[in-house]
Amino acid sequence: MDKSAYSFSTKKDKTENHIIVVWVDNESGVLARVIGLFSGRGYNIDSLAVAEIDKKKNISRITISTSGTLQVLQQIKLQLGKLVPVHKVADFPKNKKTLLREMALLKVVSTKVKLEKAKKLCKKYKYTILDKTEKSFVLEISALKKEIDELVKKLQPLGLASTSRTGVVAMTKGPEIYKQN
Amino acid sequence: MAKLMTGAAMVFKALEDQGVSHIFGYPGGAVLPIYDELKNNKKIKHILVRHEQGAGHAAEGYARSTGKAGVILVTSGPGATNTVTALTDALMDSVPLVCITGQVPTHLIGTDAFQECDTTGITRPCTKHNWLVKDINKLSTILHKAFEVATSGRPGPVLIDIPKDIQFKKGKYIKPKKLKDKNNKTGVKINGEDINIEKAIDLIKKSSKPMVYTGGGVINSGPKATELLREFISLTGFPITSTLLGLGAFPGNDNHFLGMLGMHGTYEANNAMHDCDLMINIGARFDDRITGKIDEFSPNSKKIHIDIDPSSINKNVEVDLAIVGDVKLVLDRMILTIKKRYPNFIDSNKQSTSLWWKQIEIWRKKNSLGFLNNKDVIKPQYAIQRLYELTKTQDAFITTEVGQHQMWAAQHYKFNKPNRWMTSGGLGTMGYGLPAAIGVQVANPGKLVIDIAGEASVLMTMQEMSTAVQYKLPIKIFIINNQYMGMVRQWQELLHEKNYSESYTEALPDFVKLAEAYGCVGIRANKPDELDKKIEEMLSVNKPVIFDCVVDKEENCYPMIPSGKPHNQMLLGKQDEDETISEEGKILV
Repeated sequence: MDKSAYSFSTKKDKTENHIIVVWVDNESGVLARVIGLFSGRGYNIDSLAVAEIDKKKNISRITISTSGTLQVLQQIKLQLGKLVPVHKVADFPKNKKTLLREMALLKVVSTKVKLEKAKKLCKKYKYTILDKTEKSFVLEISALKKEIDELVKKLQPLGLASTSRTGVVAMTKGPEIYKQN
Repeated sequence: MAKLMTGAAMVFKALEDQGVSHIFGYPGGAVLPIYDELKNNKKIKHILVRHEQGAGHAAEGYARSTGKAGVILVTSGPGATNTVTALTDALMDSVPLVCITGQVPTHLIGTDAFQECDTTGITRPCTKHNWLVKDINKLSTILHKAFEVATSGRPGPVLIDIPKDIQFKKGKYIKPKKLKDKNNKTGVKINGEDINIEKAIDLIKKSSKPMVYTGGGVINSGPKATELLREFISLTGFPITSTLLGLGAFPGNDNHFLGMLGMHGTYEANNAMHDCDLMINIGARFDDRITGKIDEFSPNSKKIHIDIDPSSINKNVEVDLAIVGDVKLVLDRMILTIKKRYPNFIDSNKQSTSLWWKQIEIWRKKNSLGFLNNKDVIKPQYAIQRLYELTKTQDAFITTEVGQHQMWAAQHYKFNKPNRWMTSGGLGTMGYGLPAAIGVQVANPGKLVIDIAGEASVLMTMQEMSTAVQYKLPIKIFIINNQYMGMVRQWQELLHEKNYSESYTEALPDFVKLAEAYGCVGIRANKPDELDKKIEEMLSVNKPVIFDCVVDKEENCYPMIPSGKPHNQMLLGKQDEDETISEEGKILV
């Protein structure tokens, strides 16, 4: 049984994975505010991607992959919306209407034979070789998280030496965009 | 060309433009330029506290008794960290505070300079927003924005950290009017579209067991909201209860009022919450001290929740109808709609709720706030009852510390006006009441201000008596002295096999002598028959008073919902204690 200092809940709701996108003023401390909200209230962050998207308006876009019950996901959106530097918050459903991408750089260091084998494995994915030596190569892949997971797993026995991943970013299909909420 | 101004001068110019008349603070190295300016300022009075936490709670008392923002001015490092408890307290209880902190000069930030700390980092989770000012030309707009954020929407604390070099630098001052911020999310007025108001009235019309549950949001919405709440109740004839923070929004002696609800609420309020078929939550947040066991909380009711903060809705309890908006605007629309749709609502409604009121009267007969009085020792409840009877015509302002005395005060002191009751609810900060009383007295000169205190709590911020004496603030510290941390002792008795671990204070000061040492008046009451005379004596003194009311050491605070139990399983007194708390419940304090 769950025991806590105050009360226990017998409700066990299903958790879901959602992509929350937040448009914020690109100012010092803003990322700490967003992350602090998650850690302070015990929400999960599975991945995080941040960059400035509008230099003139000074806006950054934060993409957070998170999981929780529907009630928690609702709270995340409402709590984010209360932060002063936050302009809007969007919940991107994980369905056919949403485009999701994650980028990874993978370095494989191995023998010639294994390097060839590794390259063959990659054929199934869209990738670019960014750097190549006799003993190694670095490839760039842009795909879904689970595809990159899959590739990483396959490359491991073939000499995967270094992995760098960006976290997921998202965009809706079609002409619609998220308006100010 | 506009006249240039130093950062320090700008601080005072902005405070003046925001209508600030008092600030609570403590000087130190990193704010000295601002304190230099204070000397030149005739409009703003500075109250020198003895500890920065005291400044925070005093500003809270000031804010909650006036509805205006309370302002704090402290130095960097320890000055800033000492305010953290008060800022957190204000965040939990929605109190508007503007805290201005000094910081080491910009070029020293990050070097672990003397009295440097990451103030904005430390206070980020305990403020609505905070700023580190690195550009003198942004200072004035940040100061104005700070007041706007603190006082609008759901009020709360904000902090502005100003490095010392910025206080010296000269820049252009911008007046508050010129502020234009597109990203203004704080001015939530009303989102409750008419359709939701209509739906609410449908539910109200259908209900035969209604219950109105109000909170601090009504008081934060202003005096108009309180008036409208009274009108709403007289229009519907519904029973009403209140959270700890909402006391005073509705008259405590009105027959519609069932008393406070929750862990130490009345039998009738909690049972009515449990059995009602319609719950109307106005400006409250379903706190865990209110709901008890959440999955058995009011199982058969439709729930309407009116709140200015959308994140309060469906956070703890899922509701059937949410109206996001300012209480006074929503109540105004609801009253108009009822009057228009059902001109004879009260008459038609009396019939449908008559059985419900009959049931409530049966619960009321339990007299759950009753206690066995004693001729030889002062019962704490009796002390508060006498204090109430002897002060009720004086429009008194009451603050409290945290613990048993706080609950007894909430139960036995009846409030008829808003902004008369200042207590630390969400955070439960022992040591809140004395400095809060100072802030209340500063804001309300000539009024009677009493801190109903416990001897353990009051020692946490006792140093502020020196502030009260310096500014001739005749606050009355009414200590319910049982020598125990009473609430801790009560839990240990009921849940921890009477293992009174560290809850008894072996060496208390002599409070009468302590009062004299501070230069105020000390009074002690030992016996019930001398209590009235001593209270009268306290009220007749136009000086700060420490009143040592020596009470029964082992009295428990009832009624009580034991942890892990729903509203309809309350302990009413000693006879219930042993049978009701299960092994499971003991874990759940």
